[in-house]
Amino acid sequence: MEVKTVTIEDITVIDLAGEVDAVTAPKIQQQVLQFAQPGSKILMDMTKVPYMSSAGLRMLLSVYRQAVARNGKLVLVGLSEDIKDTMSVTGFLDFFTTSLSLESGLKVLK
Amino acid sequence: MGRIDIHPTHTYGEFKLRRGKPYPFGAGATLIPGGVNFSIFSSRAKSCTLVLFQKHAKEPFAEIPFPEEFCIGNVFCMVVFELDYENIEYGYRMDGPFNPTEGYWFDNSKILLDPYAKIIGGRDVWGITPDWNNIYQHRARLAFDDFDWEDDRPLEIPPEDHIIYEMHVRGFTRHPSSGVKHLGTFAAIREKIPYLKELGVNCIELMPVYEFDEFENSRIDPTTGKLLLNYWGYSTVGFFALKAGYAATGKFGMQVDEFKALVKTLHKNGIEVILDVVFNHTAEGNEHGPTISFRGIDNKTYYMMTSDGYYFNFSGTGNTLNCNNPIVRNMVLDCLRYWASEYHIDGFRFDLATILGRDPWGAPLANPPLLELLAFDPILAKCKLIAEAWDAGGLYQVGCFPAFDRWVEWNGKYRDCIRKFLKSDIGMVGEMAQRLQGSPDLYGGSGRGPATSINYVTAHDGFTLADLFSYNHKHNEANGENNSDGTEDNYSWNCGAEGWTEDQNVLALRQRLMKNAIAILMVSQGVPMILMGDEMGRTQHGNNNTYCHDSELNWLDWNLLESNAHLFQFVKHCIAFRNVHPVLRNHSHFRNVDYVGSGYADITWHGTQAWNADWSFHSRTLAFMLCGKHAKEGTVEDNNIYVAMNMHWETHWFEIPRLPEGMKWYVFANTGVTPPEDSWEPGTEPLLENQSGVLVSDRSVVILVGK
Repeated sequence: MEVKTVTIEDITVIDLAGEVDAVTAPKIQQQVLQFAQPGSKILMDMTKVPYMSSAGLRMLLSVYRQAVARNGKLVLVGLSEDIKDTMSVTGFLDFFTTSLSLESGLKVLK
Repeated sequence: MGRIDIHPTHTYGEFKLRRGKPYPFGAGATLIPGGVNFSIFSSRAKSCTLVLFQKHAKEPFAEIPFPEEFCIGNVFCMVVFELDYENIEYGYRMDGPFNPTEGYWFDNSKILLDPYAKIIGGRDVWGITPDWNNIYQHRARLAFDDFDWEDDRPLEIPPEDHIIYEMHVRGFTRHPSSGVKHLGTFAAIREKIPYLKELGVNCIELMPVYEFDEFENSRIDPTTGKLLLNYWGYSTVGFFALKAGYAATGKFGMQVDEFKALVKTLHKNGIEVILDVVFNHTAEGNEHGPTISFRGIDNKTYYMMTSDGYYFNFSGTGNTLNCNNPIVRNMVLDCLRYWASEYHIDGFRFDLATILGRDPWGAPLANPPLLELLAFDPILAKCKLIAEAWDAGGLYQVGCFPAFDRWVEWNGKYRDCIRKFLKSDIGMVGEMAQRLQGSPDLYGGSGRGPATSINYVTAHDGFTLADLFSYNHKHNEANGENNSDGTEDNYSWNCGAEGWTEDQNVLALRQRLMKNAIAILMVSQGVPMILMGDEMGRTQHGNNNTYCHDSELNWLDWNLLESNAHLFQFVKHCIAFRNVHPVLRNHSHFRNVDYVGSGYADITWHGTQAWNADWSFHSRTLAFMLCGKHAKEGTVEDNNIYVAMNMHWETHWFEIPRLPEGMKWYVFANTGVTPPEDSWEPGTEPLLENQSGVLVSDRSVVILVGK
């Protein structure tokens, strides 16, 4: 699992590549929470994530809520159809702000 | 501040361990970071070993014996550190006496499934042929029990207001015509919620959803070459785990979340969930069956055994769970509390429930401890407890099931009585009067109300509604048992032709009788239950015991909505009618007197003459009127309702009782009229032309509303 960060204006774009599961989740959590400050804007690009396990879904939601609790904004983009479907079926999808692409995600955060 | 008891104290090879907690039983995360607590009991095992697999692996990667000093009483418990929570499967080897005549079946070579397993792997996707060489077929895994319910809780719909839809999870949407994304799954039920709301039901009763083995007793049907499976699932492998093969995300092990999301969404849409639970036997069968779990862990405790080591068979399936053994009783209680609290389940229907009232040697108990325990349990206090009050051992307890004022029953007498009445048998009007009132003859004496009676015409056992009026005899040849299985007492009538016919008169009569059944069901006091697909005329081609068919025989064909649109419309209207009229859903039995001063008794009986029912043996006509001012024991106001049932083969004029000044009769339904004018959306009923009487066609039902 590779985590790359890039800043576009005042938005932190976090690019994940690889599976998100109990093994990789802690690393992702640590990285993302670094950037979760009051007023922060985070875009998580999931395009290169082929699979998220139960633990992965939970970590993601936990991170999302912590960011929001610190008055940050977080958007997920690039979720594959399969992952989006899994998240919908298990009831996780509704908790997130998602957007289809990097461009639209940036717009949502601006 | 950290806890002082979270560090490992022992090692075994590369594994770090510490003494575990005996409660809760099962396996799961604890307050100890990075540790998993394992707890399992056995009254006679000498020793126990924890066996660990990587998910799907052929061989275990570790076998850790429980240190003797870790045991509390008969419970083996320990914490193991640094396990990959998501990716391991665990099982147990138990060592003890092997002496079948005495009831001991310990066998150290077998890997056993934890009875408290929350997730079970091995049948992750429905119908995939298992690897029969797998040394551990049904594998326990660890579940995440956290879930965001937000403000969801069990709905606590008053039982008398329930309209129950009995559903098979896979059968509901497996047919391609269902149009859902994940055929035959929990997720698919969620997609069909708008349909359930349109139909108007407020409760779904799901046939077994815990893990069972669809390949149990699988065989090829010699005539068709088809593979027959355990499709219905009345054979428990694990009481605490959902059937992975019913989940769209079962292959990822996410069935827990998927099902909880389903329950949450159903509740949001005002629909309760009742689970069909099977505590009368397990999938291990008798001495010839597989050892999956209970037999190898504590055979004598879990099963009713004869004094010479055979399995009692009150379930008709091989073994009988020893429900009144205190240990098993607690397991059953733990199980139901788990489903009620963790899954927000609203109620339970107990298959072959009289078994729960037998002692360990099979004798019926006067005050069965298990039934009492469940009736009074605080966590289950608002759950519906529904008993199928008979078993395969001949103990029939409809009307006398040990209820402790809480248990309600599938009223098999309602089913049989209404079926005979509908096919114009003689001698039925007297009993019908009782059944229409919610069977006070069965339940009034003990001070119970009409909601004690679950009224139904059809259920998964037996004919579908369409087949009830298309066949005189069962045709179960496709089950491969020479048509010897399935009940003979169907009280069905083929309306003049057996099975398929082009005769329009026969077909029209069949439609009329189906509508009669639904109409009478929906205006009866008690709780109505309908079978999945009856609202669209689903047929099983005369097979009244389709337990082994994973095929179109069982899968609901949604095209029927179109071809039987009139029937669906009629059923929908009847359900809406019931929902809108509280006088049909009383909490207490009728008193047959006027106790609010309206001038009418709460219920009055009529026939072709008003105020004068024909109770004679050869009578096939009956009518009744409900006084709206007596609705819900006079606490709410409703319209008057009049129902005329003519089960004779000739048309009759029914004289109708007069309404108070200013009120008029309107026609809600008349099954003798050609659709779509056989029923009306409640609120749009047309005025009855002749207020003094109505012509009721042969074998028809007329329902009027007085406002």
